[in-house]
This record gives sequence, C-alpha cells and structure tokens, in this order.
Amino acid sequence: MGVPLSYSFRNLWTRRLTTILTASGMALVVFVFAAMLMLAQGLQKTLVETGSNDNVVVIRKGSATEVQSGVDRYQASIIETQPEVAIGEDGQFFLAKESVIIISIPKRGTKQENYITIRGIGKSSLALRPQVKLIEGRLPRLGTSELITGRSVAERFEGSGLGETLRFGLRDWKVVGVFDAGNTGFNSEVWVDGDQLMQTFRRYAYSSVIFKLRDPSQFDVVKKRIENDPRLTLEAKRENRYYAEQSEMMSTFLRILGTSLTIIFSLGAIIGAMITMYAAVSTRTSEIGTMRALGFQRKSILSAFLFEALLLGLIGGLIGLFFASFLRFLTVSTMNFQTFSELAFDFTLTFDIAWKSIAFSLIMGFVGGVLPAVRASRMNIIESLRAT
Amino acid sequence: MFILKILIRNAFRHKLRTLLTILGITVAILAFGLLRTFINAWYGGVEASSASRLVTRSSISLIFHLPLSYKDKIRQVDGVKTVSWGNWFGGIYIDEKNFFANFGVDAKSYLELYPEFILTPEEESAFFRDRKGFVAGQKLTKRFGWKIGDTVTLRGTIYPGNWDFVLRGIYRGRDETIDETQFFFHWDYLNETLKKRGSPRTDMVGWYMVGVTRPDRATEVALAIDNLFKNSIAETLTETEKAFQLSFISMSQTIIMAIELVSFVVIIIIIAVVANTMSMTYRERIGEYAIFKTLGYRGWRIAGMIVGESMVITLIGSFLGIILTFPVAVIVGKMLSNYFPVFNVAEDAIYMDLAASIVIGLFAAIVPTYRSVRIRIADGLRRIG
Repeated sequence: MGVPLSYSFRNLWTRRLTTILTASGMALVVFVFAAMLMLAQGLQKTLVETGSNDNVVVIRKGSATEVQSGVDRYQASIIETQPEVAIGEDGQFFLAKESVIIISIPKRGTKQENYITIRGIGKSSLALRPQVKLIEGRLPRLGTSELITGRSVAERFEGSGLGETLRFGLRDWKVVGVFDAGNTGFNSEVWVDGDQLMQTFRRYAYSSVIFKLRDPSQFDVVKKRIENDPRLTLEAKRENRYYAEQSEMMSTFLRILGTSLTIIFSLGAIIGAMITMYAAVSTRTSEIGTMRALGFQRKSILSAFLFEALLLGLIGGLIGLFFASFLRFLTVSTMNFQTFSELAFDFTLTFDIAWKSIAFSLIMGFVGGVLPAVRASRMNIIESLRAT
Repeated sequence: MFILKILIRNAFRHKLRTLLTILGITVAILAFGLLRTFINAWYGGVEASSASRLVTRSSISLIFHLPLSYKDKIRQVDGVKTVSWGNWFGGIYIDEKNFFANFGVDAKSYLELYPEFILTPEEESAFFRDRKGFVAGQKLTKRFGWKIGDTVTLRGTIYPGNWDFVLRGIYRGRDETIDETQFFFHWDYLNETLKKRGSPRTDMVGWYMVGVTRPDRATEVALAIDNLFKNSIAETLTETEKAFQLSFISMSQTIIMAIELVSFVVIIIIIAVVANTMSMTYRERIGEYAIFKTLGYRGWRIAGMIVGESMVITLIGSFLGIILTFPVAVIVGKMLSNYFPVFNVAEDAIYMDLAASIVIGLFAAIVPTYRSVRIRIADGLRRIG
C-alpha cells in the first residue's frame, strides 16, 4: 500500500519557508528557460510569417539578403515574362520589382542611431503581401516623396509617425500612412515608391523581384528555369524560406545561449531541492521508522519522498511559467546581423514551450529528490525509531 | 580568530548540506563571472579602439559608399595626419559557418594607422609586393591551418564570384585585447578587378580611417570633415573609432540587457538556496540560541553568528567559483572564438563576483537573523526541533 499523497502535500505546507525558497529558486530557472525559448520562438515566428509560400523572391546568386543583391532592369523583365507568374485582377503581372536600402535614423528621444530597412515598392507590392494593412492615413502616391511606415517603426523612431517628416538622401519624405503587418518583419520597414528611391540613391538596379505563382506547385519548374538561364545570374527562393533563412543565425544563437544558461542555472536549483529534501528526510527519521513499523514498504517510502520532490518541482515550474506568460505583452527589438537592420518581435508562448518548461521543472525536482528519497527508503527500522 | 573557528565549526556541523550549498554557490558565481566576461567580450572592439582615430562613413548608412576622391580632400583638413580606407568584402570561406571579418584596405596607410597589428618587416614587404596578397590574424590562421604562401579562395556575397588571395603575413596583436581574427587584403585588387569587369562600383570606398595629430582635436577634425561634404550626394558622418564601435553594440543592446538581467537572476536563485540552508540551520538551533540568550548574550551577538556563518559558506563557495572562472573561460572562449575574437576574464568581473557573494551572504541571513533576534527565551527552550 502506498503512503497517502496528502502526507507529501502537508509536509510541504508545514515547512512553508523552505518550500517557498526552494520552489522560487526553481521558478526562476523555469522563467529563464521559458523566456529564452519564447524569444527564439517569437523571432522565428515573425520571420516565417513574413513570407508566403506562394510568393517567390528572386535575388542575385550568392547574396544572402536583398540588401546585398542586385537585379538589373533587363534581368527583371526576363523574370516578368516567366509563364508561371500569376496575373492580377487588373490584368497586370502579380509581380513587384523592389529595391531595398538601409538607412540609420535615431530612436525617439535618443541620439542612438539604428538601422532600418527602406523598401522601394512597385504597384503590386501591397497586393503581394495581404498581411500588410494600412491602419492610419493613406497610401503614398507613386511619383512623390511620400512614404508609409510599419507600426513598430512609427512608434519607436524619430520623425516616422503619421504627418512627420523623415530626411534622407537630400530629400524630405512625408509620412502619409502607418501600416500594421501583424506579426511579421514588415512592421520594422518603411515603404516608399521604388522609382523615387532608386532615383534618390542613384541606383540603376533593383534589389529583388517578388512574384506570386500562378500555381504554387510550379515553384521547382520556375526555379530551375531561372537558375539555368545564362542571361540571369539569379536565384529564386520561396518567400517564407527566404525569411526563415535570415533568422537562422540569431535564433540558433538564442537557443544555444538559453539552453546553456538554463543548464547551469538548474544545477543551482537542483542543489537547492536536494538540500530541502535531505533535510526533510533527516528531520523525519523517526516518522519514517514509524511508517516502516506500521508496514509501509521501502518502495512506498521511496515514492512518497519522490512525489514530494516532484511536487516541489511542479510548484516551481507553474510559478515560473505563470510569470513568463506575462512576457507575451513585451516587444523586443534588436539588430539582425544577417540583414544588418532592426527587427521587432514578440515573446511567443506555445504549448510546446509550456510543456517543456513543466517537464524541465519536474526533472529538476526528480534529480534533486532521488538521492534523499533513496536514503529515506533504506533506513533501518530500529535505528530510525531510536532517533530523536 | 576564535570567532572564525566557531563560525567554521558551526558551518560544517551539517557536512552534506553545507557542501551542497557551497557547490551551488560555486556554480552560481562561476556562471555569473562567465556572463560578465561574455558582456565584456561584446564590448571587446570598443576597448581596443584608439582615441586618435576617426571613422568617416556615409551619413545615410554603412551600406552606402563614398567616392575615392574624398581621400585627398580629407587629407587637406587641418589636424589630419594619415588617411586610409577600406571596403567590407563579406566573403565566405567554403561555408557560411566559417564567418570572419574580411575587408580590402589601402595596405600601407592601414598598417601605419594600426600599429597594434604586428608584422615582421619581411612579411610586411612581401604583402606590399603582392597585389593578391592578404594578411590574417594569428588565431584565424590557426583555425583554418593556413600557412604563408597558401592560396585562399573566398566566395563574394557583395562582390560576386570567387576571389583568390595569397597569405603573405600573419599578424599578432600588441596585447591580448587585440582581435587576431581579421583578414585584410589590398583594396587595389578589389578595385582593379571591378574595373576590369566594368562594374559601376569602382573607385568607391566603404569608409575612411583618419588618424589625427592629437587626440584632443578629434571632435574638431570630425566636424571639419563633415562640413566639407555637406549638401553633396554623399554626405559623411565622422566619429571616433570608439563611437563607431559603440554604435554597433547599441544596436544589439536588447540582447546584452537580457544577458545582464539573467546574470542577476542566477544570483537571486542562489540567494534562495543559501537562505534555505540558513533557515534550516536556524530551525535546528533555536534551542541553542535560547540558551545563549539565557547566558546573557545580546541579540546582536547571535545575529553576528548567523550572518557570519552565512558569509563563511558564501565566501568559500565564491572563492572556488572565482578560481574556476579562469580555466572555464579559456574553454568557453575557444568554443565561441567564431563569435568573440577576444574573450578574457576582466578585473571588473572579479570585483562583481565579490560584490555578488557579499550580497548573497547578507541577504540569505536576513530572515533567520530577524527571527533569532526576536525569539523569546521561554519559547526557544520550549520548542522541540
């Protein structure tokens, strides 16, 4: 017969201070663990959702990002005539020739300059990204120095809110609208008329060509044709793949950092649990002896103490996860070194992260509790009854 | 001395518990020290920068280039001693994972401006004579096993194609703060090849490095240079090398802040663990404290014993942790050498460690001390631990 579970519960309750201290140590570890995973997840989610599976990005071979790439007008028009390019409602190609540059502007209220991406758009650019929605103002008129800014740029950068003016390339650009692109990287961009942008910066080539596939399954066909065409030194990627690649370095970095930190930190918490459980065993020596004398088996004593340790871990895990879940309301912005520009993303809590954190806290409880529990189960009845 | 003996004896009355606590503190202090070192490594480039060097770049952003003709104009500015220039090449060696900084520079003036890169005179002249030659840092050549005379091919990302370079010199840093993982080659090689290809990007420079005659004139010279090119197509932004390096770091500030925060979390975790140990100790000895009080010891004496014991345990643990930081930092530094060229344990990190351990020792003792001072003799004696 097993020891009643309430025995373990009430033990934790009797030593409240110790329980709270040990559980809060574990809670902090779980908090860090969950926070790091949430950060990496948020980053990945943002960049994956930025692209669509039906869109194709064409950039110069060997360049990893649009900024490094160059597609001249002749090459762009060859892409335009590929039969796989979808036709829009207006009878035009569902294709945009875009040019992307990076400029540095200061954050609001500081002199600290950060790099942000300016995208010179074509007529179809908006239609190609249905996730981009105007929330304030209007769209820029083509052929003028007007621009629209992404929500997270408008909030955080000097001169980029609605009605304000940005100055770059010897021209003043009026902000006529703010757009929200949901949970995507476009939120950290500024959009202007592509031809104006190229003229301003004396660019003769586009950065990339983006088009929608008439039939998404035709991707391999068009990719092969573009990459084998001797006139083109370009490569084609699915848009979501292209953006996912850009987050690889940073999300790997975050994951490695997060995992190694939590492993080190968990050592501290496991030791804490071990101390608590050893003390629980040693102060209850005569109790254990009594239970053994009453006929509880070694197995039951072992499981009772293990259960207590797991419970301790679970309390810690739940507290940690509870506080970590509030991080979802935070937005983080940092430099993505792969694209060399600012990127804003949220902490994202998934079911996967939640159960991993709880599992992690249970493991900590188990590792901390197993040795003390074994000691408890091995106690000699006579000697433990004699102990005071 | 007698007091210390009592404290140590007391601390080790429960050997297993105390050893576990010490182990926990050791791990925590080790982690704290490493995180501090990590943050220092992030700022590595800033510490190595010189006060007498300015960087002039396009005011729009680093991806825009400046005309080569600016070099003569900058040279004419009063207070300028040397002008050198370079372009970020962004080449990939075999695979993207093998990242290292590589750029084309004007060789003679560059080496003149950076005396901290030490080359032998033979290597220097061999590098100057070979237009396809390059110089790499000691750590980088060790990483890939390059020897003098080897040909290294980089795949261009900004400048397409495969580019061959011949290793002509291996530089060493003047001291350990100098980055020994850089790769630089002749800017002329890049420019001439682009010209041959008919690229419109010829005679364009990524940034100028400007050496000033006296460091205290740096701001004045920087302003003079920027004024020179105001209202042109390529306006410039000139700042000290330190500010230039800092601007890179400030962009990834969020990550640094997160790491900094996390480094304090580990301290809080360990405070909880030590506080737990101390509160158990206190519970077991309530009767003793009551007896002390009966004998006439004041509350502060008893408080001193508890705080002292907490400090003894913490300091032993952090002492071990600090000693371990050095060998572990060497191992971690080797593992992270791709990301952080310089990874040394700074003096500050040690001071921070010591401060942290005092904080741990004091905070962990607060609750037990408070209780022991407040306890009434009769209650203490009555209680059965």
